[in-house]
Amino acid sequence: MNRSAATLGLLSYIALSSSIAFIFPHSVLAFLLFEFSLLLLCYMPVHSNLKIAAGGLVLLVLLPILGFINGYYLEIAVQIGIYVALALGLNIVVGFVGLLNLGFVAFYAIGAYLWAIFGSPQANHFIAGGIFPLAPYWFFVFLVLSIVLGAATGVLLGLPVLRLRGDYLAVVTLGFAEVVRALVNNLDKPINLTNGPKGITPIEKPPLFFAPLLEWFGIHATQAKLYPLYFYFLVLLIVFVIIVVARRLENSRIGRAWKAIREDEVAAAAMGIPVVRMKLFGFAVGASFASAVGVLFAAKQVFINPESFTFMESIGVLAMVILGGMGSIPGAILGATGVTILNLQLLKALSLWLNGLRQSGAVLSIPFFGSYSLSQLPAQFEPAKYERMVFGLILILMMIFRPQGILPPREERKK
Amino acid sequence: MALLELKGISKRFGGLQALARVNLEVEEGMIASLIGPNGAGKTTLFNTLTGLYQPDEGEIRFQNRSLIGVKPDKITSAGISRTFQNIRLFGHMTVLENVLVGMHSRLATGLWDILLSSQVFQSRERQARRRAGALIELAGLKGRENEWAHRLSYGDQRRLEIARALAAEPKLLLLDEPTAGMNTSEARSLMTLFRELIGPYVRAILLIEHNMRVVMGISHRVHVLDYGEKIAEGEPDEVRRDPRVIEAYLGQGTWAEHVKS
Repeated sequence: MNRSAATLGLLSYIALSSSIAFIFPHSVLAFLLFEFSLLLLCYMPVHSNLKIAAGGLVLLVLLPILGFINGYYLEIAVQIGIYVALALGLNIVVGFVGLLNLGFVAFYAIGAYLWAIFGSPQANHFIAGGIFPLAPYWFFVFLVLSIVLGAATGVLLGLPVLRLRGDYLAVVTLGFAEVVRALVNNLDKPINLTNGPKGITPIEKPPLFFAPLLEWFGIHATQAKLYPLYFYFLVLLIVFVIIVVARRLENSRIGRAWKAIREDEVAAAAMGIPVVRMKLFGFAVGASFASAVGVLFAAKQVFINPESFTFMESIGVLAMVILGGMGSIPGAILGATGVTILNLQLLKALSLWLNGLRQSGAVLSIPFFGSYSLSQLPAQFEPAKYERMVFGLILILMMIFRPQGILPPREERKK
Repeated sequence: MALLELKGISKRFGGLQALARVNLEVEEGMIASLIGPNGAGKTTLFNTLTGLYQPDEGEIRFQNRSLIGVKPDKITSAGISRTFQNIRLFGHMTVLENVLVGMHSRLATGLWDILLSSQVFQSRERQARRRAGALIELAGLKGRENEWAHRLSYGDQRRLEIARALAAEPKLLLLDEPTAGMNTSEARSLMTLFRELIGPYVRAILLIEHNMRVVMGISHRVHVLDYGEKIAEGEPDEVRRDPRVIEAYLGQGTWAEHVKS
């Protein structure tokens, strides 16, 4: 009874929110309502087969159609996907193994630059023959390569620093990320590897190998319309694979060893866990996730420069993991989604709205204090500048009222 | 032949001689106890045995294999596992997971089996869970598999540590004050458990204990440490009467003389 009511409620919510989003394809609010249906989906007491079906409907059908109407939605969805992958990678290092990594973005940068250099004319600067950019299908080869390279740099960083703990490790990882950023910023001389602060462009996109198939079905779409959809499905696939890998590792001897190291390193060693090897492996897995989405990011952006890989980016991903609940896969996903929506949609919408008020000359009247025209607001208080502040406030409030995060790992429910 | 053999083990921390040329043997089928006043070096000896410390000199042989320079995890897979004096469970992991962690060295599932969630992986995992369930039952924690370890009561945490140590399938089990903080009846039930362990679960137990009732009740052999030196060894009754042991515990003086007489 309860379950069927929940099913009915869920399905009608999906129907309602998606039709609102179809009617108002440019309303942020409508899209937020629609996104909320996914969250609802995860936590309604309905049959798991139905969950999968409804989730598939929303992610594979409704969202792409909406995105086809308003490409901005796909852009947001792809951003969310990239951050979910990054958060899941960092969650392995910070949440499972318990090693504070403040330079996670370095691995993301390594993946991005790997494809950027060889998927653009950039590599012609140091490899003779003018064979670059590589053909689009190499994208997939580099996706695999980036996993290997990411894991290798993870191990390389891990080898010297894993004897450090806590704060000391955090400082070294922070330094590592700065070193990577400084390198890509300065490796335009003597040999031009990264083109320095000017960045690299144009970067090849993955091939539209299915375009002939679409033609055959009689679907004619321009590349400009197809690519956002293509990236959306690509990111969806990568995130899906990452979630499966993370979950399987978590529920195996490897995941248990990671958590044991997090809880008590000495006891873990005494229980037969090769601590250093397991830490290195955790570092490598986390880094390979980041590096793989880095390749995707480079292809999506067409242009990358060192500015995309700043310390703030690392902190942002860490905030997602902490907000969602350290050591919890659903938490990392929710944290990444929530923070990305907050940054790209909610706070943007808020500042646009406040700006609108200011420009229309709205008057704020406070009883006993008289009135104040918002148009007199000095430029220093421009609403766009509140975004970071509001985000910071949310972080502080979370840490006061729910320090374990939104969805912390739970004891297994009794069966 | 002895299962474990320590010859002339010394360990020094700065100016403190924590262990001084300690010799010790543990025979198969035996419960051996290690007693001594606080700071005598008992836990240091355990830490040296399990590879957490390297001895400055001496030789440790387990099943006729040297353990000097062997990493802690390799010592565990060789067949020595332990509990800790100050309980060191994995607090934010469930009771079941704690025991499963203990099985790490016995659960040789490869990465690809895990990633592909293969038949091999699934059947090994099922088997491990079954065995963990049996060990949890043995420790008297049945029905609490899915609780977080830090939520257990003190006595239950001690029992869980024993189950976790047994999960590594040790030949030699090292117990560091397993009955600390327990009342008489709890301690007695643990003593019964220890006797039952010899044979089906482990080949020998080496035990650090302050509760003399436990020590005298179950030990086949008692070793006494004082200031890092072994001052006595023998059967419980011999050790109890040894004047050096009495002196180590009670000190010298008129009051001690009075007790001795």
